[in-house]
Amino acid sequence: MSLANDRPLRFARQYKLQWETAQNAWVLLYPEGLIKLTESAGEILQRIDGQRTATDIISSLQAAFPGADLQQDVSDFLEHAHDKGWIITH
Amino acid sequence: MTKAGSSPTDTTNVPQIKPPLWVNAEITYKCPLHCVFCYNPLNYASTFEKELTTEEWLKALGEARELGAVQLGISGGEPLMRDDAEEIVAEASKMGYYVNLLTSGIGLTEKRIAAFKAGGLDQIQLSFQDSTKEMNDFLSSTRTFDLKLKVARLIKQYDYPMVLNVVLHRLNIDHIEQILEMAEEMQADHVELANSQYYAWALKNREHLMPSREQLEHAEAVCNQFRARLGNKMKLYFVVPDYYQDRPKACMNGWGTVFLNIAPDGLALPCHEARMLPGLEFPNLRDHDVRSIWYESDAFNAYRGDGWMKEPCRSCDEKHKDFGGCRCQAFMLTGDARNADPVCSKSPHHALVTDQVALAQQPRASDDDVRPLIIFRDDGNSRRLS
Ligand code: SF4
Ligand code: SF4
Repeated sequence: MSLANDRPLRFARQYKLQWETAQNAWVLLYPEGLIKLTESAGEILQRIDGQRTATDIISSLQAAFPGADLQQDVSDFLEHAHDKGWIITH
Repeated sequence: MTKAGSSPTDTTNVPQIKPPLWVNAEITYKCPLHCVFCYNPLNYASTFEKELTTEEWLKALGEARELGAVQLGISGGEPLMRDDAEEIVAEASKMGYYVNLLTSGIGLTEKRIAAFKAGGLDQIQLSFQDSTKEMNDFLSSTRTFDLKLKVARLIKQYDYPMVLNVVLHRLNIDHIEQILEMAEEMQADHVELANSQYYAWALKNREHLMPSREQLEHAEAVCNQFRARLGNKMKLYFVVPDYYQDRPKACMNGWGTVFLNIAPDGLALPCHEARMLPGLEFPNLRDHDVRSIWYESDAFNAYRGDGWMKEPCRSCDEKHKDFGGCRCQAFMLTGDARNADPVCSKSPHHALVTDQVALAQQPRASDDDVRPLIIFRDDGNSRRLS
């Protein structure tokens, strides 16, 4: 399934993103467990708020990390998160 | 805390202890049901007078959260038997736990589910004994079936995914088709069909509960048909009894590595069943904080790492995969918790498992013949067996 760039993204029901001090990382919580996110995955998923689209998220990241070409990596990761069922478009 | 006498306390090989991630809060062992496979300890009734108060629960959960625990199961018994279940859920949710309620559904009124929702409860897991009313009544010896259907509707109505747990065994596994039809009717999103594990009450009833190979094959084939037809609409998990396998489960992902079970009376345990292990003095949350229990108690250190292992596990190249299996099962079947879980084909005690499996291939007696032989979980039996 390909992810539309122009539709707002949100977390699927049951998925929760949370900062965990004990793990010093963002984690994604769901009924069967949790996924400890890498720093960059955390940066991306933090920006999912039910309003921003994939395009918005990429520009927000590019503003925060100028000089890096993030486009492809971010798209790939969002695609992955979508395939996994963590995030959905609405 | 006094040192536990004969416990293996050789912790030289213990790697760095990681904080707990999962807490299972068994807030009460009270339950209106009498399941033949109940995993509560046989002497559960002895905890009734000693249950932790709301404040004590919140204190313990807060301490575990501070260490890094993030997944929380609220279970029992039937957790809804406590009228502070809503308060515990809401406070735990505020602490940042992902909160899961495990219930038989009895006592889950609309008022209560609304309160849970408002309090931030993340998920409800509903357990079912069987799909036919008669069988359900037989298995749980109370009339609960219609009520569960109602509860299933409420769960959907409050926008929770419908997660259904069905414990399978020799007496209900042939009803698998009706069970799955019912699950479909309830619009279940996830269905876990796990064969009962032989601990506590299920161990007492083991010979009546273990399915035959033929029964398992039939059940699995029916599951596959439903999977093929329903795909992702209803996710099905089918779990065979570990006795049918030749490697043990990686029980609790290793003793004292992620999981903390808190019993109704405040006992801190590395798994639901550990209370029965001899030679270990399990610390109580009333006397100790979670940090000292998790990192320092002899009981939690007893089977960490692999220094405690005996042969064949000690020199086995799979020991970091299954950690030698389940300590409780090793103790129950062989008398020594440090032995390999006898489910393992390398265990010198493996015949204890295969003999039971052989016994399960014998022709099935009628329910009427079996019924009087079963030891139901109830308060009277619990006091008698303590
Ligand atoms: S297994 Fe059955 S009897 Fe035991 S606590 Fe659960 S619902 Fe109650
Ligand atoms: S011998 Fe022990 S460690 Fe090796 S596979 Fe069997 S139970 Fe696991």
